[in-house]
Amino acid sequence: MRYLDEYRDPVLARRLITEIRAAATREWSIMEVCGGQTHTIVRQGIDELVPVRMVHGPGCPVCVTPLEVIDRALAIAARPEVIFTSFGDMLRVPGSVTDLLSAKARGADVRVVYSPLDAVRLARRNPGREVVFFAVGFETTAPANAMAVLKAAEEGLANFSMLVSHVLVPPAIAAIMESATVDAFLAAGHVCAVMGWTEYEPLAEKYRVPIVVTGFEPLDLLEGILMAVRQLEEGRFAVENQYARAVRRTGNPAAQGAMRRAFSVSDQTWRGIGPIPASGLVLAPAFASFDAAVRFGALGVTAVEDPACIAGEILRGTRTPLQCAAYGTRCTPRRPLGAPMVSSEGTCAAYFNAGREPQP
Amino acid sequence: MTRPLALSADPIAATCPAPLAENERVLLGHGSGGQLMAELLADLTPRLGTPALDDAAIVVTGRPEIVLSTDSFVVTPRFFAGGDIGSLAVHGTVNDVAMMGARPVALSLAYIVEEGLPLEELRLVTASVARAARACGVPVVTGDTKVVGRGAADGLYLTTTGVGVRLPGACVSASQAQPGDLVLLSGPIGLHGVSILSTREGLGFDSEIASDTRPLHRLVATMIAAGAQDVHVLRDPTRGGLASALNEIATASSVGIELEESSLPVPAQVAAACEVLGLDPLHVANEGCLVAFVAQEAAGRVLRAMRRLPEGARAKLIGRACDAHHGRVVMRTLVGSRRIVDMLVGEQLPRIC
Repeated sequence: MRYLDEYRDPVLARRLITEIRAAATREWSIMEVCGGQTHTIVRQGIDELVPVRMVHGPGCPVCVTPLEVIDRALAIAARPEVIFTSFGDMLRVPGSVTDLLSAKARGADVRVVYSPLDAVRLARRNPGREVVFFAVGFETTAPANAMAVLKAAEEGLANFSMLVSHVLVPPAIAAIMESATVDAFLAAGHVCAVMGWTEYEPLAEKYRVPIVVTGFEPLDLLEGILMAVRQLEEGRFAVENQYARAVRRTGNPAAQGAMRRAFSVSDQTWRGIGPIPASGLVLAPAFASFDAAVRFGALGVTAVEDPACIAGEILRGTRTPLQCAAYGTRCTPRRPLGAPMVSSEGTCAAYFNAGREPQP
Repeated sequence: MTRPLALSADPIAATCPAPLAENERVLLGHGSGGQLMAELLADLTPRLGTPALDDAAIVVTGRPEIVLSTDSFVVTPRFFAGGDIGSLAVHGTVNDVAMMGARPVALSLAYIVEEGLPLEELRLVTASVARAARACGVPVVTGDTKVVGRGAADGLYLTTTGVGVRLPGACVSASQAQPGDLVLLSGPIGLHGVSILSTREGLGFDSEIASDTRPLHRLVATMIAAGAQDVHVLRDPTRGGLASALNEIATASSVGIELEESSLPVPAQVAAACEVLGLDPLHVANEGCLVAFVAQEAAGRVLRAMRRLPEGARAKLIGRACDAHHGRVVMRTLVGSRRIVDMLVGEQLPRIC
C-alpha cells in the first residue's frame, strides 16, 4: 500500500531498533510533542523496545483545551437557536458537569463535521439558525479554520461564528524546557508541514536541545528517535527533518498567509499546564464579529477540575498515567475525569487502550 | 381478577441491579456494540428475568434443535455501495442464525415507515429484500408494516426475525473456545463500516469502498461439514468490529487470545480511510465475514473448506487461543511489541488531526 505499508515494515523496524540500541550509550529522555505520535508509540509498543525514555508531550489538542472553553461550548450548544459543530474528538471531553455527547442526547443540536467548511455550508443552508464551529487544535487545523472564517466573511454569513481555542507548538516547547528535563524533541510532522521548522531553530540553539521533525508511522518514529539519539551522542543540537516527504523548511506559505489574515497571536491558557505567553491564536480584530465567545457573551461559566486528575503533569511529561491513582479505576475512556483519557491521542487513553497497567 | 404481585415473586425486584442514575440518558454510543452497549444490556437483561441474551438462541432442544434470532436495521444511508437496508436486514439475521451452527429456514420482516417516504423507495427496498432472501434460499414467510407520523422515525426501519435448524454435528457457542484453538477469519475487515461512513458523511474517498454485506450460512455449513465438533466458536464481527467480538469470546470462554497484527487482512482503502478518520479497523463494523475458533488438528481442514467458497476465498489464520491472560486479547504489533486489544468504548468518533 502506498504511503502506509512501507512505513510499517516489520523487518525495517527491527533494523532501526537494533541501530538505536547500538547508538545509545545512556537512557536519553526524548519527548514526542504530538498526540498522534504518542498514539503510534504506545499502540505499537515502540517505547518498550528502544533504550530511550519516551516522554509524552502536550500535543493533543483536545487535552489542552481549557475547561472553561469546554463549559462555554456546552452553554452555547444548549441554546435552542444554535447548531453546534465540532470535530468528533471534542464531543466526549468532560466539562465541569457534562459533555457534548450528553448535551446532544438532551436535545442540543450538536453535529460532527469533518471540515470547518462543512460548518460554513450548514450556516448557508440554515439562515434561521446560529451555526457555531468549535475551532481547536494546533497549527495543523488552523489554516482550514482560517479559511472557514475568511469564506464566511466573504459571503457575509452573519449566522456563522467560531469558538476558538487554538494553540501553538514552539511556545509550549519553550515552556517545557524551562521546567522539565528533556534531552531532545520529536517535533510534530504535520504542524511543520504547515509552519516549516525555522521557528524551532532558535529553540534548539537556546536550550541546546536536538529537535527532529518527525512523522507518525512506526518507521518514522523509529528513524526520528535514531536521529535524535545520534545528535545527543555526538553532542549536536540541530533541527533535523526526518519527515522529508511532507515537510519543507519554510512550510506552506499559503496556509500561513490564511492564518495570519484570520488570526492574531495571543496569550493562551493550556488545560493542565496553565498560561503560556503568546502560545495561542484568537480571531483577528477584523473578524471579531465571528467570535462565538463575543457573540454569546458571558454565560455564567465556572469551571471546576476534578482534584484527582493529574493531567497537567501528564501533559508536561513529568508523570505517566501509570502514576495516577485514578487511572483505569475512577478514570477510563468510558468515564474520563480529564481530557487525556478522551482522545485516542491523549496519553492516558493511549495507555488505557493498549491495556497498560500499573505494576503491582 | 387481579391480585397484587408478591414482591418476592417479582423477577425484576429480585434481580434488578442498582438503577442507573435518574439523569442518565441513552446515548448513541449505547448502540455501538462496544462497552457502553454491554453496560446497557447488563442493566436491561436482568429486568427481563432471563440470563444474558446472545444474538441468537436455541428455542427447541432435542433433534433437530431450533434456533431463533431477531435484529433491527436503522442504517443511514439506506442505499450504500455494496448493498442497502433491505439486503442488510436479510443477511444480518441469516448470519446471526448461522453463527449458531444452524441452517436458516424462514424469515419474518417488519417495516416501520415514516409518513412521507417515497413509495418508490419502499418498493426498491422490498425488491432488495426479496432478491437477497431468494439468493439465500430462505423465504420471508410473515411480516408487518406500521406507518408513523413525520418526524417519529427517520424514513424506514426494518426488523427481521429468523428461524433455523441446527446442522448435524454443530455445537458452537461463544463460550466453547479452548486454549490451543486456532482463530480463523473468513475475509478482510472494515469494509462495511468504512463504506457506510464515507457514504453517510459524503467523504468522497477517491476509490469507492463497498460494504461486504453477504450471507454466510453456506460457509458455516461447509465449515461444520469439515470440522463438526472441532468448530468451537463462530461469530460475525458486526458492530464493535473484530476487537469487540474477540473480547466477548475471550470473556465468555475464559481464554486468552493472541493475534498477529501482520496477519490481519485490512484492505488498503480501509487502512487509508481509518488513518484519515482516526478509526481503528479492529473496531469498524463488518457484515460479511466471520471469525471461528477451531481445534488445532481440524483447522487446516476447515480453512481449506472455507477457501473453496467465494465468501471464504480469502480466509486466513489470524491468531490462537491460549491459557494465559484470560478474557484478554493481546496483539503482537508490527514492530514486535505486544499490546492489548480492547473493546470499543462508545461511538467511534473521528479525531481532530
